[in-house]
Amino acid sequence: MSLGKTEVEYISRLAAIAVDENEVEQVAGKLSNILDLFKQMEAADTANVEPMAHPLDQVQRLRPDVITETDEHEKLQSVAPAAQDGLYLVPQVIE
Amino acid sequence: MSWEVVIGLEIHAQLTTQTKIFSGSSIAYGAEPNTQACAIDLGMPGMLPVLNEAVIGKSIRLALALNAEIGKKSVFERKNYFYPDLPKGYQTSQLEYPIVGKGHLEIEVDGEKKKIGVTRAHLEEDAGKSVHGIVPGMSGIDLNRAGTPLLEIVSEPDMRSAKEAVAYARKMHELVQYLGICDGNMQEGSFRVDSNVSVRRPGEPLGTRTELKNINSFRFIEKAIEFEIERQIEILESGGKIVQETRLYDADNDVTRSMRTKEEANDYRYFPCPDLLPVMITDEDIEAVRAQMPELPDAKRARYVSEFGLNDYDAGVLTASRQLAEYYEAVVSQTQGKDPKLCANWVMTDLSGALNKAGLSISDSPITAEQLAGMIERILDDTISGKIAKQVFDAMWKGEGTADEIIESKGLKQITDSSAIEALVDEVLANNPSQVEAYKGGQEKMLGYFVGQVMKASGGQANPGQVNQILKAKLSD
Repeated sequence: MSLGKTEVEYISRLAAIAVDENEVEQVAGKLSNILDLFKQMEAADTANVEPMAHPLDQVQRLRPDVITETDEHEKLQSVAPAAQDGLYLVPQVIE
Repeated sequence: MSWEVVIGLEIHAQLTTQTKIFSGSSIAYGAEPNTQACAIDLGMPGMLPVLNEAVIGKSIRLALALNAEIGKKSVFERKNYFYPDLPKGYQTSQLEYPIVGKGHLEIEVDGEKKKIGVTRAHLEEDAGKSVHGIVPGMSGIDLNRAGTPLLEIVSEPDMRSAKEAVAYARKMHELVQYLGICDGNMQEGSFRVDSNVSVRRPGEPLGTRTELKNINSFRFIEKAIEFEIERQIEILESGGKIVQETRLYDADNDVTRSMRTKEEANDYRYFPCPDLLPVMITDEDIEAVRAQMPELPDAKRARYVSEFGLNDYDAGVLTASRQLAEYYEAVVSQTQGKDPKLCANWVMTDLSGALNKAGLSISDSPITAEQLAGMIERILDDTISGKIAKQVFDAMWKGEGTADEIIESKGLKQITDSSAIEALVDEVLANNPSQVEAYKGGQEKMLGYFVGQVMKASGGQANPGQVNQILKAKLSD
């Protein structure tokens, strides 16, 4: 299976990853190889195999419903690119 | 040829926990921006989510109430999309292995019962909030809500009218509150209903649907769906096509409007979250929850009819909320179940009327169940009549004390001394000779007039039964 320029641009937009114009061909090749690999794997019969949710054969640990976190927004906002009135600021989101 | 309406609902119920689904931050409503958003909620590097145990029991409660399958192994997945109020770049949710599987809820519309299928209910985290207009060209982000635990309850497309959709939504709203898993506050967004609406010719495959979002009252949900049905039919009948999109309801103009449509379908690229292990639920976990299940609304209604002898309507009103039902049951039990119907009348009419007028909910009632029961006891033992009870009720409402204190201090005790009543009757008959004549001449309905006069003369305190009896005896002399 081979991906073209349009697909690469679409996927990179979805993933919010900038792909340079001159890299598109190379990325398309790499992604196509991965899809080929999936194609190969599809040949295996997995009808009776339970999908793996996690590589560790363990069960989720639970936490009691108790407040343990305190207000640290000043500290956290000191490393944010922009903040004001307690809010994190981001480029305007148009609804 | 007619159109068939097809509606499915997605309901987000915010779970009543103290803390977030994956962190120990508080979820209390109304805090200053970002004061309840810790490093885990922000998705800072190196942070690991740990699941809140409270959400498991609450999910099992819903599953039991819906007769649903319980996901004994449920898996969290990442739903990937980019939006500033979603700090991690994905929402932790469930897809293939939700915690609640197939179930159903029974609704009743115009006396007809109908089972609505529930496809599943899955756990997920809420996103934050964007605030606009603080700094030009920028949006402010408040992440207090990010990570708040939600159960998204997805119905089958089983509803065939706006009425059915709203009946289902109301029933679910009542149920989650009975179960104590969600406070149901629609204004604060604790219970959000998204409606998927489409129309088709009967027998044909499903039509293209639109989604109605962010409507925070049942009345507006019904209106929005009704408008949307009309809009879709109009488009199809004039040869047009429905565009799959999200629409918002404009209550001021009673129309739905398109939210800007995304040109490409979302591809959320779900995959199991490597930070969270599968959640296992054992039979013991389920039995422990089952043992603590409250009586559910349908069962309660049926019991009110069979045990208390109420009619369906009254049983429905009294079980509309768990708080009201508990109040009513307390009044019944404190009057030893002597007259559940009388208790129902007082709770439904006088008390509910006074609460409505004052804009109070039953939990804020100035008259406790114990106080109301005390007053009803005095009606039952003939200390006061139902009419005088209204005065006692008003005084209790104003905080003037218990029924007994008020009856005593205002001298409202019913006159049951027959000689005292006889004296009043004699006086009334003596003052109304022409009416007595009329009665004796065959106008028996004059009796009502005399009863009224005697009651008036007694200041409403004479026992009406005795008054009747004595009047009849005297008039037949």
